[in-house]
Amino acid sequence: MRSMNEFYFYTEGLAVGYHGVPLIKNIEIRVRRGEILTLIGPNGAGKTTILRSIIQQLQPLDGRVYLDGGEVSKLTGNQLARRLSVVLTERVRPELMSCEDVVATGRYPYTGKFGILSEDDRRIVKESMELIHISELADRSFTQISDGQKQRVMLARAICQEPEVIVLDEPTSFLDIRYKLEFLSILQSMTRKKNLSVIMSLHELDLAERISDQIVCVKGDHVDRFGPPEEIFTPGYIRQLYQMTAGTYEERTGDVELEAVRGEPQVFVIAGNGSGTPVFRRLQREGIPFAAGILWENDLDFPAAKALAAELISVEAFRPMGSCETEQAKQVMERCGRVICALPVAELKSLVGGPGQPLQELYRYAMDRGWIKDTNDKNDD
Amino acid sequence: MNQKRYFISFSILIVLLIAFLAVNLCAGSVSISLSEVWNCLRGRETDRVISDIVLQIRFPRAMAAVILGGALALSGYLLQTFFHNPIASPFILGISSGAKLVVALVMVFTLRYSVQVGSVGMILAAFLGAMISMAFVLLMAKALDKMSTLIISGVMIGYICSAITDFVVTFADDSNIVNLHNWSKGSFSGLDWNNVIVMALVTFVSLFLVFCMSKPISAYQMGESYAQNMGLNLPLFRTILVVLSSVLSACVTAFAGPVSFVGMAVPHLIKGLFRTSKPILLIPGCFLGGSIFCLLCDLLARTLFSPTELSISSVTAVFGAPIVIYIMINRKKEKA
Repeated sequence: MRSMNEFYFYTEGLAVGYHGVPLIKNIEIRVRRGEILTLIGPNGAGKTTILRSIIQQLQPLDGRVYLDGGEVSKLTGNQLARRLSVVLTERVRPELMSCEDVVATGRYPYTGKFGILSEDDRRIVKESMELIHISELADRSFTQISDGQKQRVMLARAICQEPEVIVLDEPTSFLDIRYKLEFLSILQSMTRKKNLSVIMSLHELDLAERISDQIVCVKGDHVDRFGPPEEIFTPGYIRQLYQMTAGTYEERTGDVELEAVRGEPQVFVIAGNGSGTPVFRRLQREGIPFAAGILWENDLDFPAAKALAAELISVEAFRPMGSCETEQAKQVMERCGRVICALPVAELKSLVGGPGQPLQELYRYAMDRGWIKDTNDKNDD
Repeated sequence: MNQKRYFISFSILIVLLIAFLAVNLCAGSVSISLSEVWNCLRGRETDRVISDIVLQIRFPRAMAAVILGGALALSGYLLQTFFHNPIASPFILGISSGAKLVVALVMVFTLRYSVQVGSVGMILAAFLGAMISMAFVLLMAKALDKMSTLIISGVMIGYICSAITDFVVTFADDSNIVNLHNWSKGSFSGLDWNNVIVMALVTFVSLFLVFCMSKPISAYQMGESYAQNMGLNLPLFRTILVVLSSVLSACVTAFAGPVSFVGMAVPHLIKGLFRTSKPILLIPGCFLGGSIFCLLCDLLARTLFSPTELSISSVTAVFGAPIVIYIMINRKKEKA
């Protein structure tokens, strides 16, 4: 076992649950300073329970939580508050509080007996708001801003607490894509600038994969995997973790597709270089099973085709398309009796003489038999 | 800008307090001029009767209204904070009625056996009743997730306690029954300086303690999870809050009987005046507001149909209920 000294925040044999009944046992979470650790897992798997246990809001049933070498449970409330702050899913409805007031509550562990803010406190509140780009919200009433804005105010509040560890429960759930990325970028820059450690739960797998140094996969009663994202996102794992019954998640790209239409293919799509993906998705929406080909396995269209096509003819990356695949494709076309050529004609022409020439051949083959009906590229040379 | 608002708000409250205090001393079945009152206060009034009316009857009564009104408003503020509920108050949650019941039982018992119980004993009895009701409300709060049902259960406790009190009062066989009857309807009458000193001690110590809690209260307003992360010791905080609000409403009930709506309406008026939720301002603000509200209501109760005196609760309800309704409507609008 590695020395625990290198970790800033870690758990040992942690068991969490409610009313003395352990829900998840043997949780080992380890995070260094400046690292981001993310919990992923299906709804109700216990991510929030784990988070609430490590921030001492829920009594751990077994095991210990360490922060900077010391046991967290031995710290006083104030000591812990100065080192660890939170952004929770609990809805806050403070009346008559401006956003600045809400952010300023983060200074609570530092103010005196009556909670009067010093000049320093006010400066830190201001800086935190600038960092999250919410200075313009300062005087707005907290109850009257949008959920996304509230979330950012709560982050500013957490940062203004000047923590060394920040724990966030599904912080991006209410944010639109711009603010999701902005929010996570701020967290990332905080880890670099202030050596902040981040522990959070996320539902967005693609974002989790990109931002996390460590990922903890929580599955029902145990932690299924723990490690860097490249060890977590192995093909097929997400389907297994979430017990997905419909649709697919492509671990390598983060692409999501809806459930494929099964059955005998009715349309053959000649695709490549990203041209086919929108066509595949349209056919999926219309409920038409289709075949696709010929695609290199590193083609932009390959992930969507693999997820959605009832039949797929593909070639390993960097290998020429051979006559074998071409023949196979022709047979499938024959069965379908209808072909869509997603590739623009100009592009098809440029393939002549190259490794993609069979695509041009397939196109001609389909044209000659009148299988291509509804494409603008019909009027060829 | 905010500072200015706070300053003006406090000034308004203090001016109103002094003004109503003066009117309370002047007005009554015997009208006494301001200069005469001033003379009485300085001990220079030559007319013994007037001096007695001002110093022995009106002044202690007005002070009782100031102290108990403040205590009620503060108790309401604490309960609203505790339950995160805008209409929580000692009266609505049945805490006043619980206190009333135990005090009535003690009174009837002591009258029958001719035992004397002082103000302190009454406060203890009221506190016991308040804590019993409070315990029940807290149990309900634990069992019921919804705040609306909590309020309903509080109202029901109030009805049960009031019914038993009425029953006890009706069958109490003593000449003092009239007093008991008046008290059980709520009134500031018949309070002397000894009572005032005791209530002042209890109330001002509580006020001081509540004021010292303004920082944790501000954390608690952010919700329990966040408050805990700020380093607040929740169980301890909750216990102190419950005890203090019970002591305050018990003190009121012991001396003036149940007084409705002050605890509910005043904190909202004060929040509207200050436009803030900072406890450090609202705590003294609510106290002053409650004092003014009760001075006004007691003045009306005494003088409106003089010599017949109205029960204080009838007057506070007339003013308080519309305020609460207005607040509820406004709240709906804000949410929509």
